[in-house]
Amino acid sequence: MKLSKNFTNPLAANNPVIVQILGICSALAVTVKLEPALVMGLSVTFVTAFSNLIMSLLRNGLPSRIRIIVQLVVIATLVIVVDQFLRAYMYDVSKQLSVYVGLIITNCIVMGRVEAFALGNKPWDSFVDGVANGIGYALILVIVAFFRELFGSGTLFGFDVLARFGYTNNALMLFPPMALIIIGCIIWVHRSINKDLQEK
Amino acid sequence: MGLRKFVDKIKPTFSEGGKLGFLHSTFEGFETFLYVPNTTTTRGSHIRDCNDIKRVMIVVVLALIPALLFGMYNIGYQAGIEGVFPAFWFGFLKMLPMIIVSYVTGLAIEFAFAQKRKHEINEGFLVSGLLIPMVMPITVPLWIVALSTAFAVVIGKEVFGGTGMNVFNPALLARAFAFFAYTPQMSGEAVWYADGKTGATALEQLASTGEMQWSAMDAFFGFIPGSVGETSTCAILIGAAILLFTGVASWRIMLSVFVGGLAFGYLFDAVGMTEYPAYYHLLVGGFAFGAVFMATDPVTSAQTNTGKWIYGFMVGALAVLIRVVNPAYPEGMMLSILFMNALAPLIDYFVVERNVARRKKLIKNVK
Repeated sequence: MKLSKNFTNPLAANNPVIVQILGICSALAVTVKLEPALVMGLSVTFVTAFSNLIMSLLRNGLPSRIRIIVQLVVIATLVIVVDQFLRAYMYDVSKQLSVYVGLIITNCIVMGRVEAFALGNKPWDSFVDGVANGIGYALILVIVAFFRELFGSGTLFGFDVLARFGYTNNALMLFPPMALIIIGCIIWVHRSINKDLQEK
Repeated sequence: MGLRKFVDKIKPTFSEGGKLGFLHSTFEGFETFLYVPNTTTTRGSHIRDCNDIKRVMIVVVLALIPALLFGMYNIGYQAGIEGVFPAFWFGFLKMLPMIIVSYVTGLAIEFAFAQKRKHEINEGFLVSGLLIPMVMPITVPLWIVALSTAFAVVIGKEVFGGTGMNVFNPALLARAFAFFAYTPQMSGEAVWYADGKTGATALEQLASTGEMQWSAMDAFFGFIPGSVGETSTCAILIGAAILLFTGVASWRIMLSVFVGGLAFGYLFDAVGMTEYPAYYHLLVGGFAFGAVFMATDPVTSAQTNTGKWIYGFMVGALAVLIRVVNPAYPEGMMLSILFMNALAPLIDYFVVERNVARRKKLIKNVK
């Protein structure tokens, strides 16, 4: 596969969240505010990129029987690195994200990309694929968080935007069901643009 | 009939190929609103009687009228206005903008979607548009009515494919949206009186202290604060009689909701979790209104007869369960109906499967 295609595909046409419907739980949990959503997106991007890279490097010497456990070790290590980094340098955000950083280990996108891509492709391609999938995930998180923070709290990145116009906050936006509805709306828009994705 | 002539005269303009052909759905909607269509189906006939959605919906609107008229009077009565007519007029003027806003928002969206999808315009919103203001407190700002109507029509109905395809009752979805999004404007002590007076509803009083300041008779006839349409169990029962007499609503659902509510009411009374008689549940809050007009929605309720009994019983039982056990939601009817809306297809599935299994067994026995 072409490298550029390899990069752009997971952003839209094969987006992990809105096409493959993976990683929904964290998308509902961390998108109340933009800042944690962005940090979460970047963390997942880091983990998918480097787990893909490492597993691709290991792929030829790795017996297939023990590959899952090796993947888990690699992914868990990377997640712990991210977690410790956030605690050291971005303590507030780390507290807001709480368990969801640790739960990146169970994020289907990470393991899914390793299984589906990294074990059968060269390291550089795998790395790009990991980055692209992470960004595809982060993109949806940021869009959802944008609407939820804007209409739920009247702010963006904590700055007053709508509140100064006498806007009444919509508390439903802060509840997880609304994140699901927003993701649904993104899928709606996405599929009405990409007609080949529509189910018959 | 001048109107008929006029409609026929402008018809070509709106038909396929006409100048305003793109407004075909809109024209069609108005024409069938005014006159019964004289077209017949082109594929095999499936007519049972002269009833169509439009007539069914008009009957439901008629059944809502007693509760609506009483609700208007009650707005004035609760605001302390003397005399029957002045109180009614006061309530009418308060209520009218809400009804207009709900209809205009909802119909505009329905027309736009029908136009875009080249569907005919369905009449389901005639009822939803009246139900929405009736399940809101009178002081709710008009923009909340508009926003929740828009949410209910788009997310509750159009994304599933329009009237008849919705999973949840649109009117209740509008109320749920408003309730969770704008809780301070939808519940509490400050929203029930049109003249700025504050005070808890009978339901809230029962939930917090176990007694209410009104008599059961007041609650039955509806002289209590609450959402516009829900207060008078008496007026709602008149509506129920209309619905049952015309066969529009399922008596199985209606009956089993009341049975379920009473059963759980007595249960909680017996174990000492409530200190008021079980039938109070049927008189206060939205229980009767929900049972008669919301739970019986033919689209979102269970379709099989056995399923209807189970569905109705669960609606009533869950409503009382939420009222008694969860102090955060003094009104359980909205949540229980929405919850059972989601489960109705599952109930039907099991009822049908069971029937299939039973008949398979019969065949085996015959062999």
